[in-house]
Amino acid sequence: MNASSNENAVVVKNLEKRFGSFTAVNRVSFEVQKGEIFGFLGPNGAGKSTTIRMLCGILSPTGGTGTVAGFDVRTEPEKIKANIGYMSQKFSLYEDLTVEENINFYSGIYRIPPEKKKERKEWVIEMAGLQDRRHSRTGILSGGWKQRLAFGCAILHEPPIIFLDEPTAGVDPVSRRQFWDLIYELSGKGVTTFVTTHYMDEAEYCNRIGLIYRGELIAIGSPDTLKTEFMQEEVLEVICERPQDAMGEIEKLRGIQEVALFGKGLHVIAQDAGRATSDIRNLLGTTASVEKIAPSLEDVFVSLIESRDRADQPQQEVRK
Amino acid sequence: MKPLRVWAVARNEFIHVIRDPRSLGMGIAIPMLLLLLFGYALTLDVDNVPLVVWDQSESPASRQLVSGFLGSRYFLLRAYVHNYPEMERAVDSGRALMALVIPNDFSGRIESGRLAPVQIIVDGSDSNTATIAMGYADVVALAYSQEVAMETTRRIGGRMIHTPLDLRPRVWFNADMESKNYIIPGLIAVIMMVIAALLTSLTVAREWESGTMEQLISTPLKGSEMILGKLLPYLAIGMLDVLLAVAMGQFLFQVPLRGNVALLFAMAAIFLAGALSLGMVISIVTKSQLLASQLAMVLTFLPSFLLSGFMYAIGNMPHAIQLVTYLIPARYFVALLKGIYLKGIGLEILALEAGLLTVFGGAMVLFTNLKFKKKLV
Repeated sequence: MNASSNENAVVVKNLEKRFGSFTAVNRVSFEVQKGEIFGFLGPNGAGKSTTIRMLCGILSPTGGTGTVAGFDVRTEPEKIKANIGYMSQKFSLYEDLTVEENINFYSGIYRIPPEKKKERKEWVIEMAGLQDRRHSRTGILSGGWKQRLAFGCAILHEPPIIFLDEPTAGVDPVSRRQFWDLIYELSGKGVTTFVTTHYMDEAEYCNRIGLIYRGELIAIGSPDTLKTEFMQEEVLEVICERPQDAMGEIEKLRGIQEVALFGKGLHVIAQDAGRATSDIRNLLGTTASVEKIAPSLEDVFVSLIESRDRADQPQQEVRK
Repeated sequence: MKPLRVWAVARNEFIHVIRDPRSLGMGIAIPMLLLLLFGYALTLDVDNVPLVVWDQSESPASRQLVSGFLGSRYFLLRAYVHNYPEMERAVDSGRALMALVIPNDFSGRIESGRLAPVQIIVDGSDSNTATIAMGYADVVALAYSQEVAMETTRRIGGRMIHTPLDLRPRVWFNADMESKNYIIPGLIAVIMMVIAALLTSLTVAREWESGTMEQLISTPLKGSEMILGKLLPYLAIGMLDVLLAVAMGQFLFQVPLRGNVALLFAMAAIFLAGALSLGMVISIVTKSQLLASQLAMVLTFLPSFLLSGFMYAIGNMPHAIQLVTYLIPARYFVALLKGIYLKGIGLEILALEAGLLTVFGGAMVLFTNLKFKKKLV
């Protein structure tokens, strides 16, 4: 591994995966630095899992190149597999085996030396909080336990790069929080984490995020960069009475791109905040409060997706 | 190939089997049950043919004929009947397979040396059994005729005469010509073929269905290590089955085992490796437990049952079908088992069968390794 000369754990250029006529991942390019927590954010079916599977060497790309830990995803998948930990979207441990048996199994698969085996096993059990359940069948454990145990088994061999595919799906908020603490801890030790999610709040925990939509990477950067640089429009928060009725009225105003219910009020995405503010005040009267706010990651995401849809639409009509 | 990884997979698979009563039942209980069932039910011998007798003559001569029938172990007297409807009812209802009608002038005709017709009615709905039963009746009638003829000659000529030909048949390998002696060894081969393929047909597909395979292929575990690790526990179960089956053959069915037991088990191991690999290939290709188990059943049961020479002699099949039988691995194992069991012969005669069986086993293991890819699609 040419580790010292290369500061990137993952390098991807024009990576593509087609299934027949369907393009699941369309010429995606990005880099992930060593020790970074890189989030892949996108709706279901956007190509997150397909990308992560190609990087883990369990799915062959149909185009482009990529290296993970310095090894080529096309020609050296088995060398990649020795350097990564992968946790798939579906719970992937043996439910009829006990907690300890599952850990023992992966100890054998990763050939953990006998002198380290016990220490790693205890680490996983403690990390997952399964001290009292080490002899329980895995199938009866709750979601949070299963997830931490699966995570523990995936990183039993202390890989330098870990790939997590929607690791917190179906896990309660407390467990999610604990899980992210764990990822930060590993990141502090120099472990690179590549994680996919569709939770906006989780995306905020990442050092950098790639937004993927319909197989294409539509934005990449730190959460702050995305919020400030990728959003051309401005966001106004409108608090008023009967926001649902107001929605329709505001949408008819000029220069308004999008109105969405948000909590008690509305988020209005406008091309020009100043003009929109006065227009809305005129419309709703002085009882309404209109305020320009910093966009949330969700605003950015929705705005980027919609501008992509608008750009795609004429083409689709021509195709029809 | 790293032993630690093979061992991890083997231990894992072994735990699955012992924790899952269904696979344990399929691995051990079902083959033993099949052997019992087929071993007892699948007999081609015709013994104790149920017989009704309408003796209109009721004379010493007729009673002597009837006792000729009842004295052989092939016939069992159900009842004496006294009219046609009664006799018909017995045959119609299946209470009797054969009816013997002795006319009332029987005794007179015998004593006066005239031809004495005797009627035999046979239920021909199972033609095979009917043919065999009629053969038995022929033998009894012939013996009776001979006795009468000799008695007459003795009375006339005053001395014993002999029939000119004295045929002394001697049956080798299965002296009593009991069908279980050749059915049980063949049955072991057929049952093990089906069970072995069924057992492994679930292994890989189960991991694809539960999602554990996606995790497994993302590790450095090699395909060959996984396959070997998964084969080993089932090979152990298969060998245990063969051991139990041989023991049942020995103590329950009293089938003579004349040949080399070590050779038998060595051949069984090669055969099982091939059959288990076949099941695993099916599992790898289908990725579905239901489809894999059905396919394994279809691909093994009927071909092994019909084309292995277990039930029907391969030599009697049409030439084209005979060629097909070379593709049925059970064919070689059936030949080996029958040879070792009944003839007590070894590799000096069975070398071809043993060689082809080894080719099958090796090719299947190799093919399984080629078919398994550590990729999702």
